[in-house]
Amino acid sequence: MPVSKAAKLVENVLDKSKLEMKPTRDGFGLGVVEAGKADPNVVVLCADLSESTRAQMFQKEFPDRYVELGVAEQNMASVAAGMALAGKVPFIASYAAFSPGRNNEQIRTTISINNANVKIMGAHAGVSVGPDGATHQALEDMALMRVQPRMKVFAPCDVWEAKKIVMAIAKIYGPCYMRFARDKTPVLTTAETPFSIGKAQLFWESKADKVDVAIFACGPLVHESLLAAAELEKAGLGVEVYDSATVKPLDEKTVLAAAKKAGAVVTAEEHQAKGGLGGAVAEFLGENHPVPVIKVGVQDRFGESGEPAELMMKFGLVAKNVVEAAKKAIALKIK
Amino acid sequence: MQFPKKSHYTEDEMYRMANEMRVDLIKMLSKAGSGHSAGPLDTMEIWTAFYFHILNHNPRKPDWEERDRLLLSCGHICPARYTVMAHAGYFPHEELWTLRKWGTRLQGHPEREKLPGVETTSGPLGSGLSQAAGMAYAAQMDGKKWWTYVIMSDGEQECGQTWEAAMFAARNKLGNLIGVIDRNNIQINGYTEDVMPLEPLMQKYEAFGWHVQDIDGHNIEELIDAVNHAKAVFNKPSVIIAHTIPGRGVEFMERKYEWHGKPPNPEEAIEAIKEIRTLGGKIRSEHE
Repeated sequence: MPVSKAAKLVENVLDKSKLEMKPTRDGFGLGVVEAGKADPNVVVLCADLSESTRAQMFQKEFPDRYVELGVAEQNMASVAAGMALAGKVPFIASYAAFSPGRNNEQIRTTISINNANVKIMGAHAGVSVGPDGATHQALEDMALMRVQPRMKVFAPCDVWEAKKIVMAIAKIYGPCYMRFARDKTPVLTTAETPFSIGKAQLFWESKADKVDVAIFACGPLVHESLLAAAELEKAGLGVEVYDSATVKPLDEKTVLAAAKKAGAVVTAEEHQAKGGLGGAVAEFLGENHPVPVIKVGVQDRFGESGEPAELMMKFGLVAKNVVEAAKKAIALKIK
Repeated sequence: MQFPKKSHYTEDEMYRMANEMRVDLIKMLSKAGSGHSAGPLDTMEIWTAFYFHILNHNPRKPDWEERDRLLLSCGHICPARYTVMAHAGYFPHEELWTLRKWGTRLQGHPEREKLPGVETTSGPLGSGLSQAAGMAYAAQMDGKKWWTYVIMSDGEQECGQTWEAAMFAARNKLGNLIGVIDRNNIQINGYTEDVMPLEPLMQKYEAFGWHVQDIDGHNIEELIDAVNHAKAVFNKPSVIIAHTIPGRGVEFMERKYEWHGKPPNPEEAIEAIKEIRTLGGKIRSEHE
C-alpha cells in the first residue's frame, strides 16, 4: 500500500471503522499540559469556554497559571500580549469564530505588530461544529491569520498532530495560530509520525513511477484525501498526499517539487476554499510554477446547522470531492 | 539636548522642562507636517513627572527587567513621549526631527519593535489598559515589585475593550496597576460630551471596582501625590483622572478640538513657540 512508510501512520488507515476517533481539541489540551510541565512560563487564558476548548485540562493541572477572562475576546488577546511582554508564554483559547474572528485588530496590533509571544488557539473551526450553525463555524480564520506578518498558522489532521503542534510552538518565539475542531475525527498518525514546523509531510506515495496529481490537505481533509488517493489509485492514477499542518510558513520547497513532478495540484481544507491553504498554494504556484490548482473547501458561503458528517457531505468536504477535484486538475493539465 | 542627570528635580525645574519640551514638540510636529498637537501639549507635565520623578527606570537599559512599565494606550500622542524620552537620555535629541519620516524609529504611532523603551505598540485605541493589566497580572504572579502605569485618552473610554480590561483588573485586584486618563474633553469629531458623553467617569470607574482620583493634570505635585496615594491602595487597581486643557501652552490651540489631529504650519509654529517661550506674552524671552 502506498501509505508512506516514513509517515508512520496507524495500521488500516483507510478503514474508518477500525480507526480510533478523537477530537483535535483534545490534542490542544494534552499538548498544553505537556508544554506547561516543560516551561513554567506557559499560561492559558480562556474566554468562558474552558470545557469545550479543553483549556480545562491545563486549569486542572495548573490552576494558578490559568487565567479566566470572561466573555471578552478582545481583552483576552491584549492581556495575553501584556503577559507575553512580561515574559509569559500565553495560549489564548476560545472558538475560532470569536478569536481570531472578533479580536482580529487586537491580534494584529497588540500581538503581531508588538511581536508578542502569544499562541492563539481557535477551537470549533469548520462546519463540523455541527448543530450550532453558521455563527459558531469558523471558516475564515486561516485567511485572517495567514495575511498577518509574523503570524504562523497551523491546522492539525488529528489529535496527536495537534498535541505535537502545541508542544512545538510553545518552544519557539512569536505569534502563532492553531485551529482545531469540535467533532471526533479519525486518528491516523502515531507518536512516531514526524512533525516539524514548516514541513509538509508526505503521507501517500505514488505506487506508479509517475505522479498525476499532488494533494495538499490539512485538518480532517487529510484523512479524506487518503481515501481519495486510494480511489484514484484504483483508477490507475499516481497520487501524492501531503499533510500541510503548517499552513504558514508554507513549505514552498515541497509544494514546488510536487507541482513540478505532478503538473496538477489539489488543495483540501475545512475552510473557505479561498484564502486558506488553497489560497496559499495557488498564490505561490502562480508566481513560481503555474499549474492547475483545484481547491476543495467551502465555496463562498456560511455554514449551517446539521450533523457534522452530514455537513461535511453537504459542503463538499469529503473524499469524493477530492477525487473530483483531482480529476479536474488532471484534465486541466497543460499537455 | 538632554536635561542634566540629577537624582531629584524640583517642581519648578520640572515645569520649566515641560515648557521647554513643548517647544520641541511644536518643532517636531511642524517638521513632520502631520500628527497630533492638542494631546501631546496637554500631557507634557504628566510625562515630565513620570520620567523625571515617578518612574524607576534606566534610559541606558530600556529592557532592564525590574523597571517600572509605562504604557501609552492612546498612541497618537507619542510625540510627547518621544520628546521626554530624548531629554531623559533614551536616544539622541536630534532624532526627534525624524518623526514620521521614512526609516525613523519614531513612527507616527509608537512601535515597540522599532524604539526600545516604548513598551508596547499602540495607536488603535482601547487596548492599552488590557496590555497593562496583562503585565500587572504577570508581575503579580511572579511577585515582582515593579509598577505598571498606563496613560489613556478620554476618547478611548468609549471603547468597549477599555471596560473589559477594567473588569479584569478589578476582579484580579491588580493593585500594582495605575492608569492615568488625559481628560482633555476633546476627540477628533468634537467635544467628548457631544460625541459620546463619558460622564460621570469617576463613578463609572468606582462602579467597576477601581480606586479613583480626580486631579489637575497640569499640576505636577498633585500627580505625584496621587500616584503615591494610588500605590498605597494595594487591593484595587487605581485610575487618576487628570483634567487637562487641550493644546496647553499655545493659546490659539487651547480648548479647540480642531487641533486634536493636526500639526501647526510653519507660521503657526513660529507663533506657538513664541507663545510658549513668553508664557503667552507674560514674560520676555531671549528668543523673541
